[in-house]
Amino acid sequence: MRPSAARLLNILVPVKRAVDYAVKIRVNPQQTGIDLNVKHSMNPFDEIAVEEAVRIRERLKEAVKSIKVVTIGPPKSAETLRTALAMGADSAIHVEIPESDPSPEPLGVAKTLKALIERQKEGVDIVILGKQAIDDDAGQTGQMLAGLMGWSQATFASKVVVDAENKVANVTREIDGGLQELKCRLPVVVTTDLRLNEPRYASLPNIMKAKKKPIEKLLAADLGVDLTPRLETIKVEEPPKRVGGGKVENVDELLAKLKDAGITAIKRA
Amino acid sequence: MLSLRHAIRPVASRCARRWAHNIPSFSHLNAVTEEDLAQFSKILAPTSILSTLPPNSTSPDDLASYNEDWMGKYHGQANTVLRPRTTQQVSEIVKWCAKRRIGIVPQGGNTGLVGGGISLQKEIVLSLGAMSKVRSFDPVSVLYRRVKYGYPTPGILVADAGCILESLSEYIAPHNHIMPLDLGAKGSCQIGGNISTNAGGLRLLRYGSLHGTVLGLEVVLPDGTILDQLSTLRKDNTGYDLKQLFIGGEGTLGVVTGVSILTPPAPQASNNIFLALPHFDNVLPLYQTVKRQLGEIMSAFEYIDRTAYDMGLSHGLGPVLNADEVGNSQCFVLVETSGGNQTHDEEKLTGLLESLLSADKPLINTGVLSQSPSQFASLWAFREGLTECCQKEGKPYKYDVSVPLADFQKVVDAIRERMISKGLYGDHAISKVMGYGHVGDGNLHMNVIAKHGYRPELEEALEPFIYELVASHKGSVSAEHGIGSMKTHALHYSKSDVSIELMRKIKQVIDPLNIMNPGKVLP
Repeated sequence: MRPSAARLLNILVPVKRAVDYAVKIRVNPQQTGIDLNVKHSMNPFDEIAVEEAVRIRERLKEAVKSIKVVTIGPPKSAETLRTALAMGADSAIHVEIPESDPSPEPLGVAKTLKALIERQKEGVDIVILGKQAIDDDAGQTGQMLAGLMGWSQATFASKVVVDAENKVANVTREIDGGLQELKCRLPVVVTTDLRLNEPRYASLPNIMKAKKKPIEKLLAADLGVDLTPRLETIKVEEPPKRVGGGKVENVDELLAKLKDAGITAIKRA
Repeated sequence: MLSLRHAIRPVASRCARRWAHNIPSFSHLNAVTEEDLAQFSKILAPTSILSTLPPNSTSPDDLASYNEDWMGKYHGQANTVLRPRTTQQVSEIVKWCAKRRIGIVPQGGNTGLVGGGISLQKEIVLSLGAMSKVRSFDPVSVLYRRVKYGYPTPGILVADAGCILESLSEYIAPHNHIMPLDLGAKGSCQIGGNISTNAGGLRLLRYGSLHGTVLGLEVVLPDGTILDQLSTLRKDNTGYDLKQLFIGGEGTLGVVTGVSILTPPAPQASNNIFLALPHFDNVLPLYQTVKRQLGEIMSAFEYIDRTAYDMGLSHGLGPVLNADEVGNSQCFVLVETSGGNQTHDEEKLTGLLESLLSADKPLINTGVLSQSPSQFASLWAFREGLTECCQKEGKPYKYDVSVPLADFQKVVDAIRERMISKGLYGDHAISKVMGYGHVGDGNLHMNVIAKHGYRPELEEALEPFIYELVASHKGSVSAEHGIGSMKTHALHYSKSDVSIELMRKIKQVIDPLNIMNPGKVLP
């Protein structure tokens, strides 16, 4: 499909470095949060977002000019950017925050992304990110960003088809009642759901290429954004432990125990 | 008092055709009677006795999981299964069985692949599954206290034989230790069984065999005596090292009831890479290059041939590699690294990958590197899932052999050729011949898939052909799976008559009544 006379598409993929989903979570002794001294990796929904961006380019070919990934986090977050570059992104932006700072909140992230988008000389046509991060499960950033930018939004996407010629994205959303199809004018914010795709492993040739791809470093202050948290976490605790069951010797004992628990039989009509 | 041993088949009967289900007569053994059950009831709780004999009400179906092996290849005949909870109970059971000449088949997780845990005729199954407590574990962190009170080395796990391997891994994980062995059956296999078969697995390359990592054993001997050598000493050269007889003894010399094993510290950094090789001949040079460049951090080197890889993909394992980049790759390799420092390991890995990709004649077509713990786990899941895929393809004939690395492909191809020449290759009989395994240990797992089930003519075509082929390469007919009941007649392909005769003598001394797992290991 030949790109239209208007400029080509630029895709921005925000990613977050979160505790790896395979890790057993433990609450810290002070009950202020979880033990973060564990393995971290890219938020799985953001992995799906990077994969989708790469697939969009595989489908549209030269119509996609650039795929940029961005993360807001401590120095270690750069690893996540390298993974995204190895999956096929072209360049990366790291908005670095000090190691000791708390994790930024969705509104802060959305404002930072807005400032970044406005800085992009070539503009941004599609922002695609995970529907939620698996550490806070907030699920707000994409929607807030669309609101701040005044852009269309299509969340919980299970299928994305971009029509570069007509500058439209047809997105299928997973909702409680089933599937909903939206036709969105670009620019658009899309958030990914689990069934959108299965992310690829980083292949060795791409890992080698990724080392040469640029990572731009910025501070939130450079973008004029204040990431001070607005929410205070008061307490974090584990859910109550499951009380063990008991064994009974026979059906009569089972019935007696059910009666004790206040469960009575329903008379059949 | 010596009783008659069952007749020794002369070694020269290597021409005799043996079916997998050829059951010996065990004329020296007695069947279980109600009187025996009454005696067992005095030793064990009622829930520890499963029998189809009256007054017990167990149906044969309930005994199925003890009588059928994991592959569905061997069908046992036991009418009684005992599940003791303590070593003392095991001792009393064995004493009674010795008195009554009742055969005993010790059984762990029943995941063995050579019919070693199956009752061949009328032996009872002695299941260790109910003895599953960890007795003690001293992580490195309590070294000071232990040293102060004169206790020996830390990092040692003492456990009942019935503990499931994966449960033990999970038990010691919070203390940052790992088990020295790992295999696909980890969710079901028990440590006692692992020891009795000298299980190898995916980590042997790095941590060595159980002969080195097991420090002590508690064993109930065939006359009921309890041999307590459950030491936690790292070094103890006082007399013959008896435990080595039971490690790999496949339950023919006694019942392992307790284990003391050294657990290595968990690696701080783990990575793995999955590589596609254009030609099988690249495996050896690749192994040498990887070993040289990764050095001490290499912890596994697994081989998967093209047939196995395609089979895995077709059953939903992966996808792992981009199909275009794979092209006509003949085989694949999974390499794991385990080290103390993530940055150091990554540098070594990246250095290796750069040299592999930029070589004039690259040894690999492509590959992937895991970027997160979840990807690490799923790359391993591909390799570990192959065994289950074989079961989905049909009934596999498994040949676990040690042959020189350079001959792996030749052996697999020779078997395929053989089946083709016999008109037994195709969807009507043998649908696939494949090989995968622990290349780093020279151990190849060959799987010959019988699409519609085991048939005598298939076995005839395969055996003794495969054993003779392996013997011609001076290899082992059983690298890690053991002999069980499957390969008793093939023992002579890898061990001399002198060796076998000495093994018989040892068996005669320790188990003169031949009640302990009769019909296994020795022909």
